Amino acid sequence: MKTAMEPSVDLTLRHARCSTQIKELAIQSVLIASSLVAVLTTVGIVASLAFEAFRFFEKIPLTDFLFGLEWSPQTAIREDQVGSSGAFGVIPLLTGTLLISFIAMLVATPLGLLSAVYLAEYARPNTRAVIKPLLELLAGIPTVVYGFFAALVIAPIIRAGGSGVGFEISSESALAAGLVMGIMLVPFISSLSDDVINAVPQSLRDASLGMGATPAETITKVVLPAATPGIIGSLLLAVSRAIGETMIVVMAAGLAAKLSLNPLEAVTTITVQIVTLLTGDQEFDSAKTLAAFAIALYLFVLTLGLNVVALKIVDKYKKQYD
Amino acid sequence: MTDFAQKAYTLETSPSLKRRHAKEARFKWYGRIAITIALSFLVFMFGAIFLRGMGAFQQTKISIEVTFSEQVIDPNGVRDPEILALANYKPILTAALTRTFPNVIERRDKGRLYKLLSSGAVYEMGKLVSDNPDLIGTSQTIWLPASSEVDLFMKGKIDTSLPEELRRIKNQDITYIKALKQSGQIKKKFNTAFFTNGDSREPEMAGILGAALGSFFSLLVCFMIAFPLGILTAVYLEEYAHKSKLTDLIEININNLAAVPSIVFGLLGLSIFLGVFHIPRSTPLVGGMVLALMTLPTIIIASRASLRSVPQSVRDAAFGLGASKTQATFHHVVPLAMPGMLTGTILGMAQALGETAPLLMIGMVAFIVDIPQGVTDAATSLPVQIFLWADSPEKGFVERTSAAIIVLLAFLILMNLLAVFLRRKLEKRW
Repeated sequence: MKTAMEPSVDLTLRHARCSTQIKELAIQSVLIASSLVAVLTTVGIVASLAFEAFRFFEKIPLTDFLFGLEWSPQTAIREDQVGSSGAFGVIPLLTGTLLISFIAMLVATPLGLLSAVYLAEYARPNTRAVIKPLLELLAGIPTVVYGFFAALVIAPIIRAGGSGVGFEISSESALAAGLVMGIMLVPFISSLSDDVINAVPQSLRDASLGMGATPAETITKVVLPAATPGIIGSLLLAVSRAIGETMIVVMAAGLAAKLSLNPLEAVTTITVQIVTLLTGDQEFDSAKTLAAFAIALYLFVLTLGLNVVALKIVDKYKKQYD
Repeated sequence: MTDFAQKAYTLETSPSLKRRHAKEARFKWYGRIAITIALSFLVFMFGAIFLRGMGAFQQTKISIEVTFSEQVIDPNGVRDPEILALANYKPILTAALTRTFPNVIERRDKGRLYKLLSSGAVYEMGKLVSDNPDLIGTSQTIWLPASSEVDLFMKGKIDTSLPEELRRIKNQDITYIKALKQSGQIKKKFNTAFFTNGDSREPEMAGILGAALGSFFSLLVCFMIAFPLGILTAVYLEEYAHKSKLTDLIEININNLAAVPSIVFGLLGLSIFLGVFHIPRSTPLVGGMVLALMTLPTIIIASRASLRSVPQSVRDAAFGLGASKTQATFHHVVPLAMPGMLTGTILGMAQALGETAPLLMIGMVAFIVDIPQGVTDAATSLPVQIFLWADSPEKGFVERTSAAIIVLLAFLILMNLLAVFLRRKLEKRW
């Protein structure tokens, strides 16, 4: 039944297929292009931070920055000003940041882990369905609200408590910022650890319970040890979060860059210094503004390192039980 | 053997078992206590903010009879609304106050009397007259905002037991206020200015409309960029791409971007968007762009999960009927995954709404009185406004900060509820 129409049908078909292919290709390239935005963002972050930081290190030697024990970025505005050469040692900022993060983790780790264990192993499904979203509400509250609360409510309470027992506590203290940040991190740790604990195979629990262990013994001696790598990963992610947190410390931790481990004193952090150096009017090229990019690069490398390690650990752990 | 028999306990009497059971009960309580601590902190924080903030939804107002004299307001009779808005209303107000308190004669006493009203009262009058020029030449009884100190006094937030020198409200002011109270000329009324004004140096005139619109425009820009980009990326990674070095690179990037401190995104905006592309500083446009890059990972991760939950049979059916890859994906898979994608996007937007630190970096932290009209007007955002007010030494701003937080939390809860609603209503379980 071959007719004269056949070749022309074939042609239109081929034509249609060709244009469809072009369309498919075009759409695919649009898709790839939009996926590359994420890559471009990372490149943009690294490039912009590295570029400005490089200019900073042309003025200030790298070793002074990394190992300097003093931070006072007040460079001279006029040539004839005295005593304002500026010191750009990152160590006081790092200790302040780590001190506050440490206090925060001291609060968040027990609260987060114990809640996670309770929710994963003991809570009835109904209780879980109510408690879990409530805990996660803590993670959804903007950090500026925590900062306001820390500065307005927690800091005065700590101060009053301190003067009650004869301690002189400044109105901005590492303790207030750390405590509030700790509460903020609880849902972060609890939901990550919850996933990790749930991923421990039921057979391990059954074996332990079958040997006559109580549920608590099963959890502390079997489930948690099995989940340890994953839990460490989630704690590292929380630390990285604490180090990069900005608003709570800006509002509650203070500006003085002191090399101190006393949680009752005001300390400053990397993020606080970035904010103070870059808000307000100043020329773009001064060592002061460039310093902000240098410490931001430092912060970025620090958190990125923690994240990469944490994600690696969690990933490896997940594969263990797949 | 006899030894063993002596130590044989039943299940009920074994001390070690008792100890183990007690430990079990204790362990359970540790978990309960941890959850209780975290949740009571939440209640404590909400409670403290609500108690402080509710007051700001009311504002003390004073009613006085003013004469809108043409001579003072518009001596040339042009009735230009701009002139009317900016005319000198101060003598009208002082005259009205003097008439209300005819016994106050001393210059110093008069000075204190005039300070009962907010310094923003003249702007309120200007607005009133320029909106309704017929008022000129008439006498009206109008309610004008009281000053912040009077407002705090009326709300019981000033400790009158302190010696007079230590208070902003003097005994003399209190006698004036008492007199006004007796004649019913001072009252707490609903604070409309809080919802219709921009920022102000005077707490009683400060409102959140400017900041709220700034947030709205930023989120609009953020949505327009992040939603399509996020969905297209998710579609590429889930539907099109084969596992390759490129997709690995993209995935690692997305996971790491999700964990980069938000302030670093602000620095990216500062040096690239402002420094290289010269997008106007302090605008919702640049704010939205920065927020878009931040929310992108959230949207991508949620959209991928949603795409993954669409069963393979849908794709197979489409292919079986001769659909191309694009047709199968965009006509069938994406619409089915859309509710999940929208839910993820709303959650990402909620996160963006609460973000403060990156906006500080790109100059959205200025004192801006004007209410932004579009994405290229200078603006702040709600959380930045909270930060600015929290920093202010004026006592009257404490309750306004808390009130702004209440408004922000209300928006966040609304967005989250919307996400939950969408998930419940539209999402299919396969």
